[in-house]
Amino acid sequence: MRERLPASDVVTKYLAEHPGIERVVFHAEGLTAWDSGLINFLRNVIALCGEQGLAVDQGGLPEGARRLLRLASAVPEQVTGRHAEPPSLLHHVGQVTLELLHGAPAMIRFIGEISLAVGRLLRGKAQFRRSDLALLVQETGPQALPIVSLISFLVGLILAYMGAVQLAQFGAQIYIADLVGIGMSREIGALMTGIILAGRTGAAFAAQLGTMQVNEEIDAYRTLGISPIDFLVLPRMLALILMAPLLTLYASVVGMAAGMLVAVTAFNVDMNEYYQQTLYALSIPHFLVGLSKGLVYGILIAIAGCLRGMQCGRSASAVGEATTSAVVTSIVFIVVSASLMTILYQKLGI
Amino acid sequence: MSGETHIRVKDLTMAYGDFVIQRDLDFTIRRGDVFIIMGGSGCGKSTLLKHLIGLMVPAKGEIWFDDIDFWQAPPHRQEMLKRRFGVLFQSGALWSSMTLQENVALPLQEYTELSKREVNEIASLKLALVGLAGFEQFYPAEISGGMRKRASLARAIALDPEVLFFDEPSAGLDPISSQRLDELILEIRDSLGATVVVVTHELASIFTIGNDSVFLDNESRTIIARGDPKMLRDSSENIKVRAFLNRGKV
Repeated sequence: MRERLPASDVVTKYLAEHPGIERVVFHAEGLTAWDSGLINFLRNVIALCGEQGLAVDQGGLPEGARRLLRLASAVPEQVTGRHAEPPSLLHHVGQVTLELLHGAPAMIRFIGEISLAVGRLLRGKAQFRRSDLALLVQETGPQALPIVSLISFLVGLILAYMGAVQLAQFGAQIYIADLVGIGMSREIGALMTGIILAGRTGAAFAAQLGTMQVNEEIDAYRTLGISPIDFLVLPRMLALILMAPLLTLYASVVGMAAGMLVAVTAFNVDMNEYYQQTLYALSIPHFLVGLSKGLVYGILIAIAGCLRGMQCGRSASAVGEATTSAVVTSIVFIVVSASLMTILYQKLGI
Repeated sequence: MSGETHIRVKDLTMAYGDFVIQRDLDFTIRRGDVFIIMGGSGCGKSTLLKHLIGLMVPAKGEIWFDDIDFWQAPPHRQEMLKRRFGVLFQSGALWSSMTLQENVALPLQEYTELSKREVNEIASLKLALVGLAGFEQFYPAEISGGMRKRASLARAIALDPEVLFFDEPSAGLDPISSQRLDELILEIRDSLGATVVVVTHELASIFTIGNDSVFLDNESRTIIARGDPKMLRDSSENIKVRAFLNRGKV
């Protein structure tokens, strides 16, 4: 078996060339050692003989081989409805379409359940532990600061350099402040925070809830009459609603600081001038636009992460799939909502 | 064991979509009984339990608790009924982010008016009843499988339930731990006066604790025997049931 399996093709060919054969006899007297490869070969030959209506004499086979053959045929093959062949492209397309069709109502139902839970929260009837919320706020917000700082700083740096190279041609390096300030506060701060939260927090939510699904922990809540939406989803949603705008604001400020660093050190802009220009360029609506985007991304990431976690199957691999799906769904949500909000704010003149 | 009917399952059919798992299930469970749901692997025992505890909706049929039809009851009534259940899941299903004490305390916090101190006292008492005194501040990941099962039992009895459901309580336990858990189930049944429903295929447990049972068959997809497991072992007319209960020897 370590080199190659004996093929039954030789027997097939021989039987085809000699149509008069009625009985197949095995002679294995000279056989000193054998493994599962022999059993596999014998099984194929016996099946072939069965198809052609030939008698088979297993008497010459080693006793162990005969026993294994009996064992392999003891339980008849069952029709399980599973096919070994990979599904066709058409089948695959149909399956994906059906999954999408079934997925949409599930998402709408989930959003409906969350809305009801928010209603219960506003009436003071939602069931969840305040300590869980505090812990989630800490995990979602302060613990994300290092990665948010790093990414925002680098993005601010890139933005400043990209703009500065063009602006320097006109001696307009001071407008780096406008470019970075408005860009970070309106779009990039929220977008980068959203992407970081999708990969970090959304994935964590899906993995946590998915693992709880696998371990029957969510069933345990349900049997006690405790709503998992109230107890598990609501605090996660609240944590992101609270933390996403704050992280967005923080990311914008860090990005602007990076822009200032580039302008001052590489393009000889005076620090005070840069600061004054930033104040001149920015207004409260810019920040409000950024904060509103951060808030929307936070809600969408919480929905995607929790939805995929709650929909998770009952195996370890399903947790991985749920996590991947949560990140992909979050990013799609973020990009689509970013486009829609940008168009909306442009139309509204904000 | 008063003989009074506590749970009644009428013409229950369970299915995943179009695939029927078991059909036309009809049986009653008397108050105070230890009722065993048994059958070969994959016959739908755990699925039946999920229907009984309200986690899965029947394709057809009724499940009655005393004079309440569970699936016809309004949602708030169903929630009230669920509070009368205690469930021990196959994996224990302890909430991993909480200590053992918090696990047991949560149902008490949600459904009683007790103060925090009283809740903690009761939680400690329940943990002591299952032999886990001193482990209050441990997390589920820090204790053994057998201890997790016992902690889960402590949570299941937190609200002094009327019905206790067990899904494969002996699964993954060594024979000694399994026997201790069986003894614990009987002690708790006797002291709380609860009705106990156990899904298992562990013969030792079936004969130690069960006094009534149904046998689910995965070929005919319905009940093929019911009654005292010992009686079924010795004199069931169904050869499949006798073979199952005698480890293959008929």
